[in-house]
Amino acid sequence: MCLAIPALVKSVTGQEAEVEVGGVGRRISIALTPEVKVGDYVLLHTGYSINVIDAGEAEETLKLLRELAEESA
Amino acid sequence: MRYVDEYRDPELGKRLVDRIHKLSTRPARIMEFCGGHTVTIFKHGIRQLLPPTVEMLSGPGCPVCVTANAELDKAIALAKEPGVILATFGDMLKVPGSRSSLQQAKAEGGDIRVVYSTRDALAMARDNPDKRVVFLGIGFETTAPTVAASVLQAEAEAIHNYFVLPLHKLCPPVIKALLDSGEVRLDGLICPGHVSAVIGSRPWGFIPTGYGIGCVVSGFEPLDILLSVEMLVAQVERGEPKVEIAYRRGVKPEGNPQALRLMATVFEESQATWRGIGTVPQSGLKLREKYRSFDAEAQFQIDPGPTLEPAGCLCGDILRAVKTPLDCKLFRRVCTPEHPVGPCMVSSEGSCAAYYQYGADHE
Repeated sequence: MCLAIPALVKSVTGQEAEVEVGGVGRRISIALTPEVKVGDYVLLHTGYSINVIDAGEAEETLKLLRELAEESA
Repeated sequence: MRYVDEYRDPELGKRLVDRIHKLSTRPARIMEFCGGHTVTIFKHGIRQLLPPTVEMLSGPGCPVCVTANAELDKAIALAKEPGVILATFGDMLKVPGSRSSLQQAKAEGGDIRVVYSTRDALAMARDNPDKRVVFLGIGFETTAPTVAASVLQAEAEAIHNYFVLPLHKLCPPVIKALLDSGEVRLDGLICPGHVSAVIGSRPWGFIPTGYGIGCVVSGFEPLDILLSVEMLVAQVERGEPKVEIAYRRGVKPEGNPQALRLMATVFEESQATWRGIGTVPQSGLKLREKYRSFDAEAQFQIDPGPTLEPAGCLCGDILRAVKTPLDCKLFRRVCTPEHPVGPCMVSSEGSCAAYYQYGADHE
């Protein structure tokens, strides 16, 4: 129910955006994330972007995962 | 898919599992609150991969499952009103109420339509000015801001035939109620990722400070869950419970201020009744006085009749994590996804559906 999936923002018009999810285009509301820019990934939940994905933090988490894996190898 | 595939790397997963095995010496009872996490855990067999010191329990974080029969009966009664279109997320259709389900009401002529978004429900109101469109507002803090946005949109466009039946529920108060009940002893809690995308990680602070239980906000891929378990096991080993975020790409400590603002504009906190848990103060949302004209509860006279609970169904106990589906005499014999008796078998995120689907009854 609280499912949200990453969607790539292709264009922004007012409170709406065109996004791509797994190669499929969709029109969504960005009323909850007015700061969205083209090229951002957002978390898409029931037709609304509920947050912008932080690319830097995503990279940091992957780095942490690899470090933890290294340590246990 | 970007931000998904990287977090499913089996080799990294294996190493993380090894790490958890090396790290864990003390017993750690960890609850995943959210039904979405339950699905990831069962789908990837994570319970079976963990050391015997780590025990996983599923919590009540499934909005479909915790919707009380009395609330569902109201929605069914509304759907039978002449001139009403009841718009609902598909998950709710098959949930049995006291005497019927939305699916049954639809078969009997109720105009019930499945929508993916409140945007669809609003479009329905625009396209059918002679009908009254009622959106069945279930969901946690993840969903409530989208419903708030739809009410504000309806107000801006002067759409007067759009209503919301507000059945939203709030997660931190119900976790507090569960912990206060003393029925379940926990050492760690995996906090819901997309609820936290909206409310942030700060509202969980009372759990380590008040109850000495560590909290990690998790994403929904298998590596997200394993990282969260690793962090909680490390907290248990050090004896230092705190709030951490394993899902930093989607969750900030402060949450999403705009979503919180819209939610607070339209809704105010109210008491809510949770299936299996009962009435919990400040754990629900109702529309503020200013938005009363959009409130189906205020605008319709609804008499759903007395509430009945299905005999033998253990959903309530399962939601409180005091029983598992394996304790239920109806599970798999009488209650199946095709013929569900209780909501935990209907929702794909319900514990019973997860046990059924992924064969955890053979564990």
